[in-house]
Order: sequence, then C-alpha cells, then structure tokens
Amino acid sequence: MKRSKSNWLLLLPMYVFTILFVALPILYMFLLSFLSRAKVWGVDFTFTLDNYIRILEPLYLDTFWESIKLALLSTGVIVLIGYPYGYFMARMNAVWKRRMLLLIMIPFWTSALIRLYGWIIVFRSNGVLDKLLMGLHITEEPLKLLYTYPAVVVGMVYSLLPFMILAVYSSAEKLDFTLVEASRDLGASALKAFWTVSFKLTLPGLLSGVILTFIPSMGLFFIADILGGNKIVLVGSIIQEQMTKGRNLPFAAALAAVLMILTTLMLRLYKKLTGTSELEGLM
Amino acid sequence: MKRKKWPFIYVGIVTVITYIPIILTVIYSFNESKISSVWEGFSLKWYAELFRDRDIKEALLNSLILALLSCILAVFIGTSGALGMYRRKNRANDAVAYVSMIPIMIPEIILGMVFLSVFSLMGLPFGMVTLVIAHTTFCVPYIFSMVKARLVGMDQSLEEAALDLGASPVRVFFDVTLPLIVPAILSGVMLAFAMSFDDVVISIFVTGPTVNTLPVKIYTKLKTGVTPEINALATLMLVAIILLLIGASAVSRIGLKKGSGEVKEMSVKD
Repeated sequence: MKRSKSNWLLLLPMYVFTILFVALPILYMFLLSFLSRAKVWGVDFTFTLDNYIRILEPLYLDTFWESIKLALLSTGVIVLIGYPYGYFMARMNAVWKRRMLLLIMIPFWTSALIRLYGWIIVFRSNGVLDKLLMGLHITEEPLKLLYTYPAVVVGMVYSLLPFMILAVYSSAEKLDFTLVEASRDLGASALKAFWTVSFKLTLPGLLSGVILTFIPSMGLFFIADILGGNKIVLVGSIIQEQMTKGRNLPFAAALAAVLMILTTLMLRLYKKLTGTSELEGLM
Repeated sequence: MKRKKWPFIYVGIVTVITYIPIILTVIYSFNESKISSVWEGFSLKWYAELFRDRDIKEALLNSLILALLSCILAVFIGTSGALGMYRRKNRANDAVAYVSMIPIMIPEIILGMVFLSVFSLMGLPFGMVTLVIAHTTFCVPYIFSMVKARLVGMDQSLEEAALDLGASPVRVFFDVTLPLIVPAILSGVMLAFAMSFDDVVISIFVTGPTVNTLPVKIYTKLKTGVTPEINALATLMLVAIILLLIGASAVSRIGLKKGSGEVKEMSVKD
C-alpha cells in the first residue's frame, strides 16, 4: 500500500514533539536532581547526592508524609461520595443521565479557582456557614474554618470529585444489570449481589477514579494555598517555593523526581490490578 | 423492577451541595458590600469595575489565544500521530505513545517544574511561546487518544472500498477517514481547551512577567485579598459555559431526534 511510504511523515510531528518537549525535559529533571545549586543563580554541573539526602531530613520527609496523608484522606472521602453517585447515575434513564452529565460538567468547566473562591465565602469567619450554624443555634461562636485543615480537604474533595464520578459512571454504564437481577433471582441477598457482581465489575472504574484523584491531589498546591493559608505545606508547595523563592532548581528537581517515582509506582499497581494501563473515564 | 427513590435523593443532595459555592458566588456578585459576608443590597458595581479592569481583559484574551493555539498544534500533532500509529504496533510507536501520555498522568507541578528548568536552560524568553509549548504537551494526549480510539474502532473496509473504487489515498483521507474522525477530534479539543483555559499550576511556572493568563491573574488576586470583582467574573463565565453546554446538547438532541425519526419511519414501512 502507498500509505506505508508516507507513514513516517505522519509520525514525524508526534515523535519530534514528544521527544523534544516531554521525554528530554523529564530526563533533564532527573539529571538536574543530581546536580548542585550554583552560588548565585543557576545550576552547578557537579554530581552530588545531596538533594536526595536532604529530602530525608525530617522537615521534608514529614511534608511528603503529610501530602500522602491528605491525598489519602481526600481520596477516601471522594470514594465514599463519588462511588455511589456514579453508580446510581448509571442506573438512571437516558434523559436523566444526560441531565446529570450536564450538571456535572458545568462546575467542571468553570474555573477551578473560581469554584474554590465560593468556598471562601462559605468558610470565612462570620461567613455563610457560620451564620447558618449560629442561626440554627448549633454553634455559638464563628468556627473560623477558613485556613484550616478541614477547609483544604473540602477543597480537594470538591475539585477532584467529578473525576471519580465520571470514572465510576463510565464503568457502571457498561455493567449489565441483568447480571445483578440474575444473582438476585438465584437467591443472593441485595448486598451479596452488589458485592459479588456490581462491585467486582465496577472495580476498574473505582480504581481509575482513585488514580485520577490521588495523583493530582499530591501536587495541587494552590488549594492548600487558598483554603489553608500558609499553614498546610504540601510537597507541591515546597517544590513551588524552591523554584521561585529558594531558586534551588536541583533540590526542586529531586523532590519532583521522588513524586514522579511515587506516581509511576501507583500507575504500575493500577496496571497490575486491572490488567490495563488505560484509565476508565479519563476521556 | 421497582425503582427505589433514595438513590435519586442521594444524587440530588450531593449535586445541590456542589452547587452551593457556585450559587453563592453568583449571589454575592450583586452585593453592594465589599465584605462578602454582609449583604448591603443589590448592585452592579462589581460588573462595572470588572469591565474597567484592563488587566483582566488582557488576561482573558491571552488565555483564549493560548488555549486556541495549543489546541491547534495538538490537533495537528495528535491526529497525524494517531493516523500514523493505529495500524502499526511496534515498540517505537508504543514507547512514544506512552511518553506522550505522561503529561496528563503526573501531578501538574512536576510538569511546571520541568518546563521552568528546561526553558531557562534553553534560554527561551518566558511568555506566550513557552506557555504554548507547555500547554500543547498536555493537550496532545487528549486528542491523540480520542482519535486513536476512534480509528481503532473504525470499519476498515470503508477505506478499502474507497481505494478499490479508484479513489486516491488523499481523496480517501478527506472523503472517508476525516469525516469519521472529526467527532473524536472535536471531543478531544473540548477537553484540551478546558484544561488549557483552566490551568494554573503549569502556567504559573512558564509565564513571563509581561504575559498573564486568566487563571494566573485570578490566583494572584485571590492571594492578595478580597476581590468581589472575581464574583462578577465567575458569574459571567458561568453564564457563558451554561449557554455553550445547553447549545451543544440542543444540537445533539436535534440530531438524535432526526435520527430516531428516520428509524421510526423505516420501521413503519416494514
């Protein structure tokens, strides 16, 4: 066929762009993480392991641990809210499915920052939530929730929930519900039918949702920044600080490299559990 | 099967909660007071202030240009890549396809960090050029994988039939292949555009002192203090998005109705 001759022309832009602007820059990051910072500005090209040793300092190790904890907590809450949501949505009729998808897409398409700003209004001292709780005499004083840990968790959950819902939904949509009915007819309890049939078959969606929420949550420094003030420091915040104020590119690169390795390990685990590297509901 | 009510109630409650901050933003955009916890009466002054704000207008324009340029580049790279790869499975192609997906798999902060150091190594001036390169890297995966999935699912005999009937490969591409993959390109573009238009993390790292994108501008405004202008901006963006989405779904519904109408007519004839 004639195509094969011109095929390389089709591939050329993809190859050049990917190698030049994705592969090489990431390799450069790993190289950079073994270099040291120059006295005044920039990078000194001498090999060192200092950056990695520095990560082992309690300050940075704690930050990694804090980020993972926050990511785990946020992902846990997202699973609890998002899984039933996506699952129930898949059982609605076509008209409601389309309406619900539209309702999910609207906040998803408005700026992430602007949606966070809405939570500032809610959480601010004497803000909407305080007024409501004090009005109902549940609390007597303002809770001052803005710039606290719970506020950051709410921000994370809120920003990443759509990913979980869409992942579970796309998996549950493919689920043949007659299988559930069959297991019920054969005498399984509702819970058992759900556990052995529905849950098993929607697991890829759930796992994909976990990946799609856990990984970004490790790097979303602006949520911790806006809703947590400067009290909650995450790996993302340190990388950003080292890049801008600290001007220590090699150390930032080492932090990013560790984060990247953690991410890759998670993706490997996902592939092992589901047998595919394609993430459900990503597109 | 009997339908239970409580799943609907659950979905309803969660949906309402997710809309609370959005609705509050809209309400407070009409608030006279600067402090958003106090309601001092209806006013349009924040909209007036927004329209006077040159920086915001410039940032909005920058964001639109950036998203548009990145999408155009990504359509070119991703579509041609998918066309070149979908029939030939070999190691090199698999490797490039895998690496090209990395930008949307890793936390954005890594990408931002990587680009800042690489662009300063290359001595590129930070601004629109660096922004477009960085955004294109995470736009390509959306378009590439959408188009590839469509091509893999495509009936190959269509192309073969056209070739057998004497069409040139170029003609086959424009008359058969392209119309089939356009929907995939469009849905890829929709996602990529939204991601680019909304990106803060990567843009903060690769933007220059003279170019601001809208999210970066909003971020700095949010960090410096209370700015009810942002409420007005949020409301306008929300209206634009709702109109766009409703428009898109109306178009697809008309398409659906037409389709089902034809099916009905046919079945009546049978």
